[in-house]
Amino acid sequence: MEQQVRSRIISFIVSNFLFGDESRSPRDDESLLESGILDSTGILELIQFLETDFGIEVADSDTVPDNLGTVANLTRFVLARTADGLPSA
Amino acid sequence: MCGICGLVTGGPPPEMDLLLGMMARLKHRGPDGSGYLRDEGAGLGHTRLAIVDTAGGAQPLSNEDGSLWISFNGEIFNYVELAAELRARGHRFRTASDTEVIVHAWEEWGEQAFNRFNGQWAVALWDRTRRQLVLSRDRLGVRPLYYAHNGDRLVFASEIKALFADPAIPRVLDPVGLNETFTYWSTVAPRTPFTGIQQLEPGHVAIMDADGFRSHPYWSIDFPLRGEEPCQDTQANADALRERLVEASRLRFVRSDVPVGAYLSGGIDSAVTAAVVTRYTDAPLDTFSLRFADAEFDEGRYQQLMAARLGTRHHDVVVSEREIADVFPQVIRHAEAPLLRAAPAPLFLLSRLVRDSGYKVVVTGEGADEVLGGYDIYREARVRQFWTRDPSSEVRGRAAELLYPWMARSPGRAPAFARGFFSQHLDATDPAMSHRPRWQSTAALKNLLTEDARAACSVGAAPDDLIARMPAHSGEWDQLSRAQWLEMTTLLPGYILASQGDRMLMANSVEGRFPFLDAEVVALANMLPARHKLLGLEEKYLLKRAFADVLPREILQRPKQPYRAPDAASFCAPDAPDWVGDITGADAVTSVGLFEPRAVQGLFAKARRNSGRDLGNTDNMRVLAILSTQLLHHLFIAGDGGNSTDSPTTPLTAIDLTRQGQP
Repeated sequence: MEQQVRSRIISFIVSNFLFGDESRSPRDDESLLESGILDSTGILELIQFLETDFGIEVADSDTVPDNLGTVANLTRFVLARTADGLPSA
Repeated sequence: MCGICGLVTGGPPPEMDLLLGMMARLKHRGPDGSGYLRDEGAGLGHTRLAIVDTAGGAQPLSNEDGSLWISFNGEIFNYVELAAELRARGHRFRTASDTEVIVHAWEEWGEQAFNRFNGQWAVALWDRTRRQLVLSRDRLGVRPLYYAHNGDRLVFASEIKALFADPAIPRVLDPVGLNETFTYWSTVAPRTPFTGIQQLEPGHVAIMDADGFRSHPYWSIDFPLRGEEPCQDTQANADALRERLVEASRLRFVRSDVPVGAYLSGGIDSAVTAAVVTRYTDAPLDTFSLRFADAEFDEGRYQQLMAARLGTRHHDVVVSEREIADVFPQVIRHAEAPLLRAAPAPLFLLSRLVRDSGYKVVVTGEGADEVLGGYDIYREARVRQFWTRDPSSEVRGRAAELLYPWMARSPGRAPAFARGFFSQHLDATDPAMSHRPRWQSTAALKNLLTEDARAACSVGAAPDDLIARMPAHSGEWDQLSRAQWLEMTTLLPGYILASQGDRMLMANSVEGRFPFLDAEVVALANMLPARHKLLGLEEKYLLKRAFADVLPREILQRPKQPYRAPDAASFCAPDAPDWVGDITGADAVTSVGLFEPRAVQGLFAKARRNSGRDLGNTDNMRVLAILSTQLLHHLFIAGDGGNSTDSPTTPLTAIDLTRQGQP
């Protein structure tokens, strides 16, 4: 389950922010902001992806780097919000 | 306002065809006539937009004995005063033009002359006796001037396309220029987007003679040390600012022999300049505004409010996304640079409206944000400066949420991330702290480049080379002054006054005049304490205070809306013009070799999913960077920058002093 969530997140990042350039695919603990993958507005696309692809609701108070700042944090955040298992996507 | 071109040579005399070919490519800058001077050592070309002394001001023009010749683009607004001073010193004038004043001023004062000029100029002087060419450009780079060396020749012109009329000049995109553009949004003078093509730096004079080519500043951007600003009194400074801006606007309105109109953007700056110039005419002033079909960008309500208040004869043009896409290839042809914004395109349509309304001169509010502290980047930098002093302060941290309230997709909607973004590279001792977030997010564009192009780009030293050019004492300036220096060295001449200014105006043979860039206004503004410009986070504080009685409260108090146009949305709708698909197709991208074809396909697929809407800032820049760079290559590298309809403007004034030109 964890691996599946992580790979969906990475695949979104690679296609949406890196336009298919897998060589720049982020490491689990690499800051998406500091590596320049996310800009100050790209975060909104990430939120939209989480909401539509995983069916979870992201509140304003959730939009902090501890939840969304790295692939590892994103994976943990999604798993916590979909504790009953992934909605059938 | 005009086009200038020419060459000096140590070899055979300048070829007639080349001189005429260069002039033909500058026809849009001077549709009212043209002229050239040729002798054994040099050629000067000129295309004329007749504004001052429309009857007598034909160029090239010489001094009394024909030893000194001039080709001049621009205006010297204090020419009347200078002419009086020169007459008192025994100089005799044959015309009533500002052009002739430059000739005599050079004879009288040499290089010191340029510091006496209050104006906007690019000028070439040819001294036949000394066989010496002098080039000069105004303080802040309002008027363009490019040059290239080719063996023992120097070729120069108002626009690069005229240099490319010389087939001996190579046409190659400069990877270091691309690196600068994908960092600062434009190249920084003397660099241009083309290898071997340079531009004279603003505030510089260059000499070419038997000793070779050299250039040096006659003026430079400077600020007092923090705390040592000569006048700390707010009201006294507001009064002085008002007085100088009124005089600057007056000069730009009355020093013209043809009618002068005014732009109204809906913001404060153009409202001030238009309000001031209405004082100098009994007839209704004609004002011109840009509107957008998309309400997110439209400022029509404020434009109409101001026009009604001033009682002007108001004209506007409503620009759609499709029109932006339709004119964009022409925009690149005139801008001669990659663009990261579509914003120049509507300005091209606005100057067309001006021309179609019978005007060839407009006064605008350009420059106020740079000179008087109006940009969001200054506010952003002040917030970041607070953080460096107290990084843990929650209250100060929340200040990021105050930034950019105008953006529909504001970072304020994800505050923790906005703070994370703007608090990167926080170093109070970094002279460029203000500009790091912008440069960093812009540099993401380089990830679209092919491996080869990226490697070629990486030889550029941006931004370290720029920071190294900051004056040694700039560390003692206020942080706002350093940010202003960077803005006035990069974006103002490189993009605002060029791609969004001169080029879009001259594309339709319209001259822009900018009271906020008046020499006296800039001199005062650069001496003000930083808090008089940016008070807390309130931008252009002193300007608002100085003209509070002139501006309607709605305009004075509205949140600042930076001028923007729809970017990706103009090019990614299903009905986008064919050229968009043509130049972004895999074959076209591969053959140019700059961008990674798969990345281009991925980006445009993403952009087209929602017709280019709801994209972040970086993706919008990516779309524009690819379109504009591909077009630039198409027009100037694959093509030669010419146009099949190019021909010299008539009537033509021909002065041939070569042996073959003599009867």
